[in-house]
Amino acid sequence: MSRPQPLVVGAGPAGVRAAETLVRAGLRPLVVDEAPACGGQIYRRPLVKDERDARALYGSEAGKAQRLHGAFAALADRIDHWPRALVWNLRDGRADIAVAGESRAVAYDGLILATGASDRVLPVPGWTLPGVFTLGGAQVALKAQGCAIGQRVVFAGSGPLLYLVAWQYLKAGVKVAAVLDAAPFAAKRHLLRGLALAPDIVLRGMRFAAELRLNGVLLRHGICDLALEGEGRVAGVRWREGRRERHLFCDGVGYGLSLRSETQLADLAGCAFAFNQRDRAFLPQRDSSSRTSVRGVYIAGDGAGIAGADAAELAGERAALALLEDRGLPHAPERAADLERKLARIGRFRDVLEAAFPFPAQWAARVKDETVVCRCEEVSARALRNAVHDFSLDEINRLKAVSRIGMGRCQGRFCGAAAAELLAVETGRGVEAVGRLRSQPPVKPVPLTLMPREAAE
Amino acid sequence: MSLFHRIARSDHAPVRFLLDGVPCEGREGDTLLTAILTHVDKVRVSDFSGAPRAGFCQMGACQDCWVTLADGERVRACTTPLAAGMSVVTGAAA
Repeated sequence: MSRPQPLVVGAGPAGVRAAETLVRAGLRPLVVDEAPACGGQIYRRPLVKDERDARALYGSEAGKAQRLHGAFAALADRIDHWPRALVWNLRDGRADIAVAGESRAVAYDGLILATGASDRVLPVPGWTLPGVFTLGGAQVALKAQGCAIGQRVVFAGSGPLLYLVAWQYLKAGVKVAAVLDAAPFAAKRHLLRGLALAPDIVLRGMRFAAELRLNGVLLRHGICDLALEGEGRVAGVRWREGRRERHLFCDGVGYGLSLRSETQLADLAGCAFAFNQRDRAFLPQRDSSSRTSVRGVYIAGDGAGIAGADAAELAGERAALALLEDRGLPHAPERAADLERKLARIGRFRDVLEAAFPFPAQWAARVKDETVVCRCEEVSARALRNAVHDFSLDEINRLKAVSRIGMGRCQGRFCGAAAAELLAVETGRGVEAVGRLRSQPPVKPVPLTLMPREAAE
Repeated sequence: MSLFHRIARSDHAPVRFLLDGVPCEGREGDTLLTAILTHVDKVRVSDFSGAPRAGFCQMGACQDCWVTLADGERVRACTTPLAAGMSVVTGAAA
């Protein structure tokens, strides 16, 4: 009996390059992706083509986007591609996949997780108001749907995406009222170190900031105590700079603090996790070859730790080469070493970015009691603080059990980081000491009407 | 008043749907979220506080934009393509 096919989860930059590398070695992977078309979030495509060309959609990254889309299209008859499909569980070498209204249990031999990331958020007052979206969400509206989230938009938070999305809105003709960066201006000096490692990226970021400023966009650094205000929808932002409180009217807000890895499937696959200081999060352990602690399970792209799209392409290929080696197939060791060198260099640049856009660690001590931390079930900071003290909690899953934080529909994707930070501060320890939320299948809501079907081996 | 403002695709084919019983037009290529938010400023109300919600991540991660269709089916608006004849009820908890 022939061996089952390798399974690649995700068709963004990592998943596409992984699939391509497997195909080159003569394997026929199954690629499962939630989106209707390949590209991931960064190279996501509109549902139907519109009047904008690749340059308008992807800016300086248009060439990379087109090459990735083209590479995946060229694989069409040599892979199995299930778009609009969700791997909702992993168990005993099988993946439960929701696709076309049914749930298929698919045996795999070799699993490459390329599950990507979404925005990391720390809750602020008003963050559940209509008109407030993540930075990534604001970008999806613009690029994939051709819509602006408002007519006078404020972008707040931190990280490279803050300036990129603000600039994309500006270029699209939308009024950008302000860019409010939580990172102090002094932290930007670290970018000078980045010039040697990734000059094009640093210079591009500086150009974004300069063009925003030239076009009258208010740029502020070191902002804190961000609050989003409005009745029924967002109508303004309030923040503090030192002792000074400031306010602006707006009708749309994009907010985010860098990204967080999507790690649920690695957890369900049984991968060991370790705290990563740079990402300030527990991540699946992996070596430089993208192997996890579980034999036959590989992880690549932002789902393994935030490193960006270029790194994702390299890591996807590296993961596939590891899979090939473990299967006893030709695996291009020189190419693998080259990929690892390039990834290490990007890793050093990531260190620079993290220093230039530091995590606002003071958030947990400052967040007001009435702020909603869990937007699914509206659990407040007060409820979390009370739970910690009333039940003498020191571990995040116990806090979940008592307060329901992380138990809502998003399963902690948007409150988990905040809850861990709060628990750490309340118990006087580092965030690495409070543990991580365990993942539960299904990793996203699936309808109970899904019909089970055992796929052919 | 709408939350979203179109800057592309305005000339795409109209797709008719019902929003709280009112006939509306989206555009070919819209997600359900886009179709709703180019007309109104919320997709549902919170089960807990009754406060309006309009989605957040737009990439199928936060689960904030689940909406109820008139036939009782619930769908995540940001990952559901708009289809002609859909009937959405925004006042209901979803």
